[in-house]
Amino acid sequence: MSNYSEESILNYLGPYKGDTSTILRSLQLIQELLGYVPDSALDLVAKNSGVSRAEVYGVFTFYSDFRSTPPAKAVVKVCVAEACQASGNAELISGLHDHGYDIHNGSVKDDIQMEQTFCLGNCALGPSVMVNGAPMGRATCDKVLAAAKAASV
Amino acid sequence: MTKVFIPRDSAALSVGADEVAAKIIKIAAKQGLDVTVVRTGSRGMLFLEPLMEVETAAGRIGYANVTPEMVEDLLAAGALSGASHASTIGQVESHEYFARQNRITFARVGIIDPISITDYEAHGGLAGLRNALAKTPESIVEEVTESGLRGRGGAGFPAGIKWKTVLLATSDQKYICCNADEGDSGTFADRMLMEGDPFTLIEGMIIAGIAVGATKGLIYVRSEYPHAISIFNEAIAVANSSGLLGSSVLGSAHEFNLEVRVGAGSYVCGEETAMLESLEGKRGMVRAKPPIPALVGLFGKPTVINNVMTLAAVPMILAQGAAAYQSLGHERSRGTQVFQLAGNIKQGGIVELAFGTTLGELVDGFGGGTLSGRPVKTVQIGGPLGAYLGKSDWNVPMAYESLAEVGGMLGHGGIVVFDDTVNMAKQARFAMEFCAEESCGKCTPCRIGSTRGVEVIDRIVAGEEQSKNLELLSDLCDVMADGSLCAMGGLTPLPVRSALKLFPADFGISVGVK
Ligand SMILES: Cc1cc2nc3c(=O)[nH]c(=O)nc-3n(C[C@H](O)[C@H](O)[C@H](O)COP(=O)(O)O)c2cc1C
Ligand code: SF4
Ligand code: FES
Repeated sequence: MSNYSEESILNYLGPYKGDTSTILRSLQLIQELLGYVPDSALDLVAKNSGVSRAEVYGVFTFYSDFRSTPPAKAVVKVCVAEACQASGNAELISGLHDHGYDIHNGSVKDDIQMEQTFCLGNCALGPSVMVNGAPMGRATCDKVLAAAKAASV
Repeated sequence: MTKVFIPRDSAALSVGADEVAAKIIKIAAKQGLDVTVVRTGSRGMLFLEPLMEVETAAGRIGYANVTPEMVEDLLAAGALSGASHASTIGQVESHEYFARQNRITFARVGIIDPISITDYEAHGGLAGLRNALAKTPESIVEEVTESGLRGRGGAGFPAGIKWKTVLLATSDQKYICCNADEGDSGTFADRMLMEGDPFTLIEGMIIAGIAVGATKGLIYVRSEYPHAISIFNEAIAVANSSGLLGSSVLGSAHEFNLEVRVGAGSYVCGEETAMLESLEGKRGMVRAKPPIPALVGLFGKPTVINNVMTLAAVPMILAQGAAAYQSLGHERSRGTQVFQLAGNIKQGGIVELAFGTTLGELVDGFGGGTLSGRPVKTVQIGGPLGAYLGKSDWNVPMAYESLAEVGGMLGHGGIVVFDDTVNMAKQARFAMEFCAEESCGKCTPCRIGSTRGVEVIDRIVAGEEQSKNLELLSDLCDVMADGSLCAMGGLTPLPVRSALKLFPADFGISVGVK
């Protein structure tokens, strides 16, 4: 927890203290602050919300948004759902693969992580991608790599 | 002063709307032009984005597919007075894609500044809520029941009946939960409404609260929608400070508070009981029903759960009366449906029409066929759990029952178009894979059956003991359909079976094999 001490995290979680319905929101808050959820934070959430560590761990592993390690500087989410399949995302995916990114495994290279996602709600302008939260429609391999590079510096 | 409108909708942003807006502001400043750039939602003609609109005496004139590089040229050509240019589409509202629609839920989307409550009221907003405030809860529920409004999230359950159950339940606390998880591929109407006209949804939720006696509303938005989340939060802040939300809704004795909750990347959390679990901070495991959420919902309290489109239709129903809404539609599907045209389609976007239009009219008439220019092979309607349909279904009226008759499902109204290069065995395999990936894990047929499904399809495609494996796949589909707690496992067989039935050759099956 590089920049945050236990106390400061507990401080952020303060409003959720003793409320067992806040496990998910606590984890989201920590990920927002740190970019990921370090293992030790699971204990903090358990302590703060008043539940067991096992319960927190269960929530943490259920949702695919959570990471246990720091994210790369640029996180690229590539839609693999049906509408983007129909608009030819296979070419994009294999192009990224040729550049060393296997989106199905969320591989990282040059501080860029590429991962798959199911639908970004931009299904009329596919292939659809998100680079650090910024939407990109009609994505091509070149466009994605350029945006990812720009976001990774 | 000239008003220029540029969408802040995510789809428009994805093709450069922000850059276009910035360029206009920059050039206007440099040239001393008196221009105000207003950021709106999108008209839903997504194939024209970024669509720049200019306010003129002859209405709003549109310029399509604008790039930052074009802006200087556009302004020099006189776009600020609506002059013609290679990119002009003329009066936006006369564009045939737009003019042929019946915009009710989407009446204001793309027109107003989404977080201006003044704009909202000037375009008919709050009329429904004002009428509701003069009614008893019973008569509000009655109005919604009579309108024939059915849930737009997938199942098509009558909204009025659900509301009545919650109204009649006695409890110290009730909730309104809006399902904005919109996980289906090919759907984006919820997102576009939240980004383009959030007050309509807020108004609908407040009316629901007054109708059933709930003072607290939660909206569960998927994390893939960061822009919708931030615009909706802005709108809630405006609604709080202007007295629309809070302890006294528009000065009345009614209290209503609203909060956004964000999902965390789980498709099954769109299922209503999994959503409740997630709202309670837990794993998104589907609950067994009964008890129904209307009686035992969030934190065990009576809860209305409705989709964004369901709740967003309510203000109009209260403003214009149940009869106006009820007069539109087809058989038991009343009102309008916000169709979403997606995938390999030339003119993708939002088409709001009364139920009963045909699939062919949507795909060819509005969509203009495929973007690739190749023939349409199939469409998938209703998301990843929806059936694949073919050209033989082109004349089917788009409504709940008539689609069901041909083995289809309307779901959330998304239509994904595929051209003739698609391999349907791959699509069937994907349906099983998706189920395996997103299953909550509670039922064996869904959790394990889907993985077995992938393997069996692979064996069929590889030509291994085809008859035997086809029988196995059919059995597996039966077990999933009958032995699953929710529609995730229960409906995954739908795309698989329809793909197999329509295009057996894609599975390497010669005619004659079952
Ligand atoms: C796997 C699964 C996913 C679902 N996803 C959504 C969704 O994203 N949005 C939605 O409104 N309903 C979704 N539903 C349907 C909800 O369970 C529920 O029927 C709906 O929210 C009720 O609202 P309505 O009556 O207004 O449609 C899903 C159902 C299942 C089984
Ligand atoms: S069908 Fe699948 S998603 Fe639905 S409850 Fe069962 S295991 Fe969970
Ligand atoms: S399917 Fe790719 S954005 Fe919806």
